Amino acid sequence: MVAISSWGRLGRFEHEVVALSDRHQVISQLKSSPAGIAHGMGRSYGDVCLNPNGVLWKTTGLDRFISLDENSGNLVCEAGVLLRDIQRLVIARGWILPVTPGTQLVTVGGAIANDVHGKNHHGSGSFGDHINSLKLIRTDGSIIVCGPNLLPDWFAATVGGFGLTGVISEVDIQLRRVTGPWLSTETIAYGNLNEFFHLADASEADWEHTVSWIDCVAKGGRGLFMRANPTDSIEHQEPKARKLTMPFVPPISLINKLTLQPFNMAYFNLKRRQVGKSTAHYESFFYPLDNLLEWNRMYGPKGFYQYQCVVPRSIGHDAVQAMLKEISRSGEGSFLAVLKTFGNRQALGLMSFPQPGVTLALDFPNLGERTLKLFERLDAIVREAKGRIYLAKDARMPRDLFEAGYPRLAEFLKYRDPGISSALSRRLIGH
Amino acid sequence: MQDNKKRIVIIGATSAIAEHCARLWVENTNVDLTLVARNAEKAESVATDLRVRSPQSVIRVLEANFIAPLAIQQLVDEIVAVGIVHTVLIAHGSLPDQDVCQQNLTECNEALTVNSISPVLFAEAFAGHMEKAKLGTLAIIGSVAGDRGRKSNYVYGAAKGLVTRYAQGLQHRLANTGVKVVLIKPGPTETPMTAHLKQQGGLAKVEDVAKVIVSAINQGKPVVYAPAKWGLIMMVIRHLPGFVFNKLNI
Repeated sequence: MVAISSWGRLGRFEHEVVALSDRHQVISQLKSSPAGIAHGMGRSYGDVCLNPNGVLWKTTGLDRFISLDENSGNLVCEAGVLLRDIQRLVIARGWILPVTPGTQLVTVGGAIANDVHGKNHHGSGSFGDHINSLKLIRTDGSIIVCGPNLLPDWFAATVGGFGLTGVISEVDIQLRRVTGPWLSTETIAYGNLNEFFHLADASEADWEHTVSWIDCVAKGGRGLFMRANPTDSIEHQEPKARKLTMPFVPPISLINKLTLQPFNMAYFNLKRRQVGKSTAHYESFFYPLDNLLEWNRMYGPKGFYQYQCVVPRSIGHDAVQAMLKEISRSGEGSFLAVLKTFGNRQALGLMSFPQPGVTLALDFPNLGERTLKLFERLDAIVREAKGRIYLAKDARMPRDLFEAGYPRLAEFLKYRDPGISSALSRRLIGH
Repeated sequence: MQDNKKRIVIIGATSAIAEHCARLWVENTNVDLTLVARNAEKAESVATDLRVRSPQSVIRVLEANFIAPLAIQQLVDEIVAVGIVHTVLIAHGSLPDQDVCQQNLTECNEALTVNSISPVLFAEAFAGHMEKAKLGTLAIIGSVAGDRGRKSNYVYGAAKGLVTRYAQGLQHRLANTGVKVVLIKPGPTETPMTAHLKQQGGLAKVEDVAKVIVSAINQGKPVVYAPAKWGLIMMVIRHLPGFVFNKLNI
């Protein structure tokens, strides 16, 4: 047994780890296994990738490319390949992943199972929108190859299906043309939510990437809005790979009531002076935290939660305002806070998170009951707004909120593999 | 035969450490790489991956018997007949369960053979050719486990200890020939071979171990620990007096 925690480090749980490393062997490994769940880099925050006292099929050994067509931008690879390795391989050849989340240290399989989104959701949708096909291996030994034009019902269940429909072993991705690794960026400070929504709407047509940092301490919702477009500029130096590691787990969270307010104030005021246009390398724009390895340790031994929800646009302003008020009143939260609008498009996955509206994501050091009570107040706002919480981040949402937020659950469950189980599936579905 | 490409042969090419070394080699420059493995299907997956990473490199796959001395000699002769080999990495091995080895001599025999006799036979077969050619680097993966026998894995340790002593002798023999012999001693590394082990915290990343190996081969270092900190740790462990060592549960 091996003790494993997810990114939130809320606990360490014993697992029997089975390494998948040969794509031809996966069928026999799954057939002979007790109920398990696929586990890649363990970058999801809550319990979607955990199966305490059960089996984890570790997929990071399935990390081989299978083919790359440099004319069409078609990449076929095993499901444990990291987004980082794809980006580094294909950018030099004029291609890029069309959608990427805020870290590239995740596997392709995990990106599909959680149907991750990026800063370009309004134009490009989520990760699953760019998959031509995938190979799903079921624990009964059957293989299902599906895609948008091939068994689309299985595909819709598997994209965003948090690993419950089978183990994804191979993936065919459609890459997107790019002239180089550079982005031209612009940062704009905003003083309240009205300004944020105005900026987001005004940027949607002309900017490929939009995101914002929000100061969760200030009640009004001030922050920094960042937008970017690819550029063919080549006059810049590649950033030096300077990796730092959070060397130990501090005895208490470094982010707490004493540090949060001064930090946010300093960050906002410092950055406010640097607003304007600039050029950024894709790695530092998309993945600002990837150079600080194991940054999740900074929340101390009890770990942290991330609360990420999406609420419809019509009520978005009021709902976000109400949530910020609750958070600011509690004094909890973190400087890692993101506010972003989603585009007006439906995700293809039955259980995908993105939907038209605005999404708020915030870290919270785990202070036990107090933090959970705050989440209940945030849940009430999400429930009333008819929003939903992101499963990849969740470790505690109540079942009724899950069922209300994911109305296609019953349809999804028809595709579930009975030999697969996770802590999240047991918590929210019951088995 | 692309004689402008560096020619590299990897024995046990499906091992995670070997595969990551191969990735580094093809990423740095176009090479002519021969992958020798027990299981051709898995080796083909590795080869396909390397071809995507480096379309200009030549990647060959050979399935081989890793035990029979004559088969090993014949295979190596055939590889060398194709052209001069610049680098050989002998990387195969398997981590046996110590308890099983103590109770089952067949398993024990297999562990000893795969981890010691087999790599030595491959090395010996290549050494003769390299000595004649007066060039090349022959790298063998040993283990920190070979530095001192410990109750938790001394069968594996004994096999790797044999490899250590063999490499030492080969270095002596080839000292003035232009052929370099590199012995690599990885510490516990995060690979499919170790995924089930309890203490995952101290394991080195396979990418980091591969970097140390590739750089040691470039420099022709006689002995290298990967990562380097294991050099210090093992120095301490080797020098612990018996009355202290015997109290340790390692």
